[in-house]
Amino acid sequence: MVGILEDKDRIFTNLYGLHDFGLEGAKQRGAYNLVREILQQTPEWICEQIKASGLRGRGGGGFGTGLKWTFMPKQESERPHYLVVNADESEPGACKDREILRNDPHLLIEGCLIASYAIRAHTAYIYIRGEYVYERERLETAIRQAYEAKLIGKDNIFGWPFDLYVTHGGGAYICGDETALMESLEGKKGQPRLKPPFPAGAGIYGCPTTINNVESISVVGTILRRGADWFAGFGSERSTGTKLMAASGHVNRPCVVEEAMSIPMRQLIEEHFGGVRGGWGNLKAVIPGGLSMKMIPAEEAEVALMDFEDLAKRGSGLGTATMIVMDKDTDLIKAIARGAYFYKHESCGQCTPCREGTGWMWRVMERMVTGEAEMKEIDLLLDVASQVEGHTICGLGDAAAWPIQGLFKHFRHEVEERINNYRAGRPHVQGARVAAE
Amino acid sequence: MSVRRLSTVQPESFEFSKESLEKAQWWMAKYPPGRQQSAVIALLWLVQKQEGWVSEPAIRVVSEMLGMPKIRVLEVATFYTMFHLEPVGETVVQVCGTTPCQLRGAEALMDVCKRKIGPKEHRSADGKLYWQEVECMGACSNAPMAAINDYYYEDLTPEALEKLIDQFAAGEKPAPGSAIDRRGAAPEGGPLVLRDPSLYDGSRAKPYPLPNAAKEPAE
Repeated sequence: MVGILEDKDRIFTNLYGLHDFGLEGAKQRGAYNLVREILQQTPEWICEQIKASGLRGRGGGGFGTGLKWTFMPKQESERPHYLVVNADESEPGACKDREILRNDPHLLIEGCLIASYAIRAHTAYIYIRGEYVYERERLETAIRQAYEAKLIGKDNIFGWPFDLYVTHGGGAYICGDETALMESLEGKKGQPRLKPPFPAGAGIYGCPTTINNVESISVVGTILRRGADWFAGFGSERSTGTKLMAASGHVNRPCVVEEAMSIPMRQLIEEHFGGVRGGWGNLKAVIPGGLSMKMIPAEEAEVALMDFEDLAKRGSGLGTATMIVMDKDTDLIKAIARGAYFYKHESCGQCTPCREGTGWMWRVMERMVTGEAEMKEIDLLLDVASQVEGHTICGLGDAAAWPIQGLFKHFRHEVEERINNYRAGRPHVQGARVAAE
Repeated sequence: MSVRRLSTVQPESFEFSKESLEKAQWWMAKYPPGRQQSAVIALLWLVQKQEGWVSEPAIRVVSEMLGMPKIRVLEVATFYTMFHLEPVGETVVQVCGTTPCQLRGAEALMDVCKRKIGPKEHRSADGKLYWQEVECMGACSNAPMAAINDYYYEDLTPEALEKLIDQFAAGEKPAPGSAIDRRGAAPEGGPLVLRDPSLYDGSRAKPYPLPNAAKEPAE
């Protein structure tokens, strides 16, 4: 057997698109089964079950999904409640929600219905990133099928009036932040809002709103169908369940796969991803969960577990569990410099530390790639990174600072070596009269 | 941040085609009354699908349709990088250059574009082709990739991209997807999991009592 999760316990059974993504195929695989019985329970029961399952937000934050739902007002008022699904998957390395959107969209639709009932919402929006044109077409098709079969809609067979709409973005990473997403959904620039007020108090259109990641919502139906204890039986005490995991970079067979939480990183890489290019001994570092998580060196990757606690203990984080693997041929400084450019490009420009800091950090990183930078700039860069981190409205400032901090935590000697080599090869930099050439 | 400005050369006017107008109304109906502004990104996208790019007269038309101040539509058009603010060719090649693709050879793909099309963010000599480097497109397990006219072409080699560009230049529409032996995000050579036939035989669709149910189903 490959990995530790058995086929019978997989939630996403059409992950690779080998079967019908449409309604008939999805029903055959169990979608919408028992939904009527679930909606006959109370919203509180659903929240309690999801809490008991230990499901934590799958978009990287890891906040308890059931707990988040309980923040919504308990009574409907003149301000309608909304569910918003964050399908703005843009973090470099993260490519898991796309597989749900295009291959298992009915699990998402079913989850939207159940979650909306749990938070007493009659309308949900799925905000999908603009570049996912094909995925949006698939999702629209699936929603049309669900409307036609009266599984959703104002007069659906389950008796909870519910409308589901797809809306899309325009290629801005920042809209993955929940408050920026709400601004964007309202037809504005995607610049994050200050919290409080939190979305459960005043979200889109000033109404109570819950925002969840695609994967968090898509697993809800199966968790309730199979029981919270089934889901809680995988992983560790505080990181339960199954999770989509993925690899990119220097592995032999990159792919997306559903695995049990807390699977050892090495087992995941060797069994599912075909191992590191050139063998395990050729591994240099792994970025465990999307580019913004700090990298961990090979010695740590050897013993790391894919869950929230273990990776946090190693000074990194699980994020979206979509790892970037780098072998010994990798120019880590260049890889992180390219990441720094990404954050510079995607900063929304609202907060000064991020708007100015991301550009500044990128320019210094580029000079470190060639070795032109001064040795003392390393500490200056780390100082600036710490000034950006935690001083912005949203998490983009943190996300920009962490990869750089991760690089210097484990591979500072490589940068120093490069700066020294640059100087050794070009004596004029150090004040010599005659250039080496 | 990326600094983006409107093109210095602008057409006289813009008008939605009948088809685009229908779609625009469909989009506007998705939002609650008085919240039509929410459709602004979708409408600008329809403009771009119709004209190839977003012009200043189009921004005015969209602002009137949605009852928004023009400056707010301009803000949206310049903020979101998917909108082309100057004419591009019939074929737009967007090569992802962010770290996961870079690690698997995106730079070689960009060299192909430079050689076959020309400098970044310029149209080719005949005006038909255009290429740009974009930030993460969210297909990292299929890196390196390029989106050509909205659809993803994955697991590319320089040779594969070169062939694709030739096909598009000749007016063909090659099928999107992986350039190697892969189905979606399954590993090369075929899936190692999801092989249990009982997942697909309908046994999961059979009714059974809901686990942990708090109250009996009210018939």
